[in-house]
Amino acid sequence: MRIEQPSLADLAYGAAFLGSGGGGDPYYSLLLAEAAIRRCGHFDLIAPQDLADDALVAPCGWIGAPTVSIEKLPNGGETIAGLRRLETILNRKIDAVLPIEIGGGNGLAPLIAAAEMGIPVVDCDGMGRAFPESQMAIFNIRGLSACPSVVTAACGSLSVIETNDNLAHERIARSLSVALGGIAHMVEYPMSGADVKAHAIPGSVSSAIAIGKAVRHARSDGHDPFVALANALEATGVYPHCLTLIDGKITDLERETQGGFSVGTVTIEGFGNTGKMEIIFQNENLIARHDGKIRALVPDIITIMDRETADTITTERLKYGQRVKVVAAAAPAMLREASALPFIGPQAFGLGVEFEAVEDLNTRETA
Amino acid sequence: MRIGVDVGGTNTDAVLIDTTGVASSTKQPTTEDVSSGVAAAIREVLAQSGTAPSEVTSVMIGTTHFTNALVERARLDRVGIIRLASPSGEALPPLTSWPEALVSQIGDFVFLVPGGYEVDGREIAPFDEKKVRSAARSCRESGILSIAVSSAFAPLNAEMETRAERVILEEHPKATVSLSHAVGRLGLIERENGTILNAALNSLAGHVIASFEQAMSELGLDADLYISQNDGTLIAASHAARYPVMTIGSGPTNSMRGAAYLTGISDGIVMDVGGTTCDIGVLANGFPRESSISVNIGGVRTNFRMPDTLALGLGGGTRIHLDPALYQADDLPGAALQVGPDSVGYRIGRDSFVFGGATLTASDVAVANGHANFGDSSLVPSLSPATSKAVWNKMQQLLETGLDRMKTAAGDIPVIAVGGGSFLIGETLKGASRIVRPPHADVANAVGAAIAQIGAQVEQIVDYSVTPREVALQEIRDEVARKVAMAGGLAETVEIVDMEEVLLSYLPGRSTQIRIKAVGDFAASRGQDHDTSEKPELRHAH
Repeated sequence: MRIEQPSLADLAYGAAFLGSGGGGDPYYSLLLAEAAIRRCGHFDLIAPQDLADDALVAPCGWIGAPTVSIEKLPNGGETIAGLRRLETILNRKIDAVLPIEIGGGNGLAPLIAAAEMGIPVVDCDGMGRAFPESQMAIFNIRGLSACPSVVTAACGSLSVIETNDNLAHERIARSLSVALGGIAHMVEYPMSGADVKAHAIPGSVSSAIAIGKAVRHARSDGHDPFVALANALEATGVYPHCLTLIDGKITDLERETQGGFSVGTVTIEGFGNTGKMEIIFQNENLIARHDGKIRALVPDIITIMDRETADTITTERLKYGQRVKVVAAAAPAMLREASALPFIGPQAFGLGVEFEAVEDLNTRETA
Repeated sequence: MRIGVDVGGTNTDAVLIDTTGVASSTKQPTTEDVSSGVAAAIREVLAQSGTAPSEVTSVMIGTTHFTNALVERARLDRVGIIRLASPSGEALPPLTSWPEALVSQIGDFVFLVPGGYEVDGREIAPFDEKKVRSAARSCRESGILSIAVSSAFAPLNAEMETRAERVILEEHPKATVSLSHAVGRLGLIERENGTILNAALNSLAGHVIASFEQAMSELGLDADLYISQNDGTLIAASHAARYPVMTIGSGPTNSMRGAAYLTGISDGIVMDVGGTTCDIGVLANGFPRESSISVNIGGVRTNFRMPDTLALGLGGGTRIHLDPALYQADDLPGAALQVGPDSVGYRIGRDSFVFGGATLTASDVAVANGHANFGDSSLVPSLSPATSKAVWNKMQQLLETGLDRMKTAAGDIPVIAVGGGSFLIGETLKGASRIVRPPHADVANAVGAAIAQIGAQVEQIVDYSVTPREVALQEIRDEVARKVAMAGGLAETVEIVDMEEVLLSYLPGRSTQIRIKAVGDFAASRGQDHDTSEKPELRHAH
């Protein structure tokens, strides 16, 4: 599949939705990708099955604070420098790249490298959405190593991380990003084509493009963008259920700091006495309760959107008084497996409840 | 006494305000040269109230000139653009994603030079005086007189931008320099975009402000001249001439602030009904609630603080789509009737029935129903009571839906009806605790300009694990209050109107971005320096 200019905005739209409130606003990533396409023409999106088993594939993305990334912009050389160093270390060419997380700005991050190096992007990612830490990638859950990993920054600085523990890798990379000004590029979890086929979340990039395209068409045809979003998402097969949990206004917003994360609660009062929804977030939205009853849980996707435009509102941009719809979607099946939930389920975030699927929490009549 | 003026595309409105309130008001046509229309409106309010020009201490003007120039892409200057952020940001040079038609007007004179700050206050790269000087020289040699300067994290530290301005003026003394920290908040691309738009308006701003000053001198007014900004506060005319982009959202702001003043209501909904639309906004604490979505101006993304308004397609000229065969129906089927969203607009004086035309409009139905009294009601085709009621009810439902969308709390709240078409708002609306119709509602815009306040804002990143939250907030509150007073606000009236904390989640400790905005009543005494262009240096809290 050849990706050209119009698909980029679709991908940015879909990536923002799949971020579940996190991953940062993809607007700047979109501008970068558009500039790369203007320089290099286009890039190719290939299915995981199209990879040779012994191909070398490099996941990549940005690590740091979304709030810093809107002020300290990339130099443009970071991604290529990291990938070239990985090639030197492993003494072979990289055959393809993939986004470490589809959610937010990182969903578009590898496109620039792909366009410039003339290699394809694989239609898959490592998280199926956005998560706050590197070891929450499915690759860690499945036992792959994050290293060798290369961290680069706008100033030209380059660091190689070699650890045998993926949590230690996350901590070192996090400290490096802070030392480098709060934002850095990272190549991590280098893997074989066979590993991509076995462990990556397949179809997430094309899913993001598909929902972005459906919403774009709905807007220009005057149709309900939320209906288009739900239909397109369910049609991907990757995110098989999607529903609107509430339509209302933000009537309360509390934020505080716990362990270096932005933790908070947002309250949405439904229009026409449809009750109150409370959402707890830690960078991403984690749990949604409707009048006390749980309606969606991490790793399922919970995204707060502008009720008029159907644009995603990331957690750092939530504001008192916004008029929103809350949309929930089933996470890809691999994220819901019993082996994955200890890493990325409700208990990994200290919520103290067992995971239940969004489609089971919302029967037909309440939906 | 003070005079408020609203210069719109069609009308120039003016009000004269004394200690008791609105003393006189007028609507005059806007003129090609601007100044004679402004002069005529001011002359009229002075004459009506028997006020001598010498009694007027200040004139506040709200204008849509700059918005229109950007939307129409007319009369814009070529701009030299210098960004201090390299090596960061080179992947996204200035003007990325701008409409080509606009780029072709302002040119592509872009200079990426080393500089800028990290989030923790370190320099990304040291200031490079030689490179800035050489960029300024290129601009001078190309005949470019307006220069935009941006730098990474300038809202937290403006030092490099002001150094660049000094160097540019040494090398190119005829240049006018726009600095990004004076224009916008965090978000380099959006702030830089606003700075470039500002620089492009430079000549027009000089011309428009000069025409305002000319109108004042024609009338023998020796008063201070202020221009109203997007957020309902004032800047001195001399500052507006340099930062015209700060005024582009003042229209809706002034109408909402005027509504608050005329009613004494500080929390409620304002419905401003014109000929084509009803603009609904929310008053919180006497100020318009701001939009959370990025604001697109003439195809360029910016992050200006603009009021959050909802425009409904319902105004005095809105067309009522209904088969004339049903005008006399006893029971109108719901699907047969459609209200708008199209409007006869400025042709209302010709096309609507009450003015001798042949198009059924919202105004015709209001006149036929006895909700308004203008034109000739006998010219409106006879409507059965059922039909007449159905049309009226449909319009009220549209207003109620809009009201419900904009409300932020469950209870009923007061609604202030302003604008020339406000007769379309009935006696009661679902969701409204009451409908308030103040006198002078048709010139609420000019009233809003006249009562605008002095405002200031401070934005800083603080690590709460180093500086305790309460201490940090108090320091910033003091600083912003000092800025208001310095800019001409009455110290005893300074009030914090907005505070925003955003945790920088991936940074160590408890780094938080704080934005505090304060306003104060305008100090009426003469002769003080009211220039708000002075920006105290922002300290870094680390």
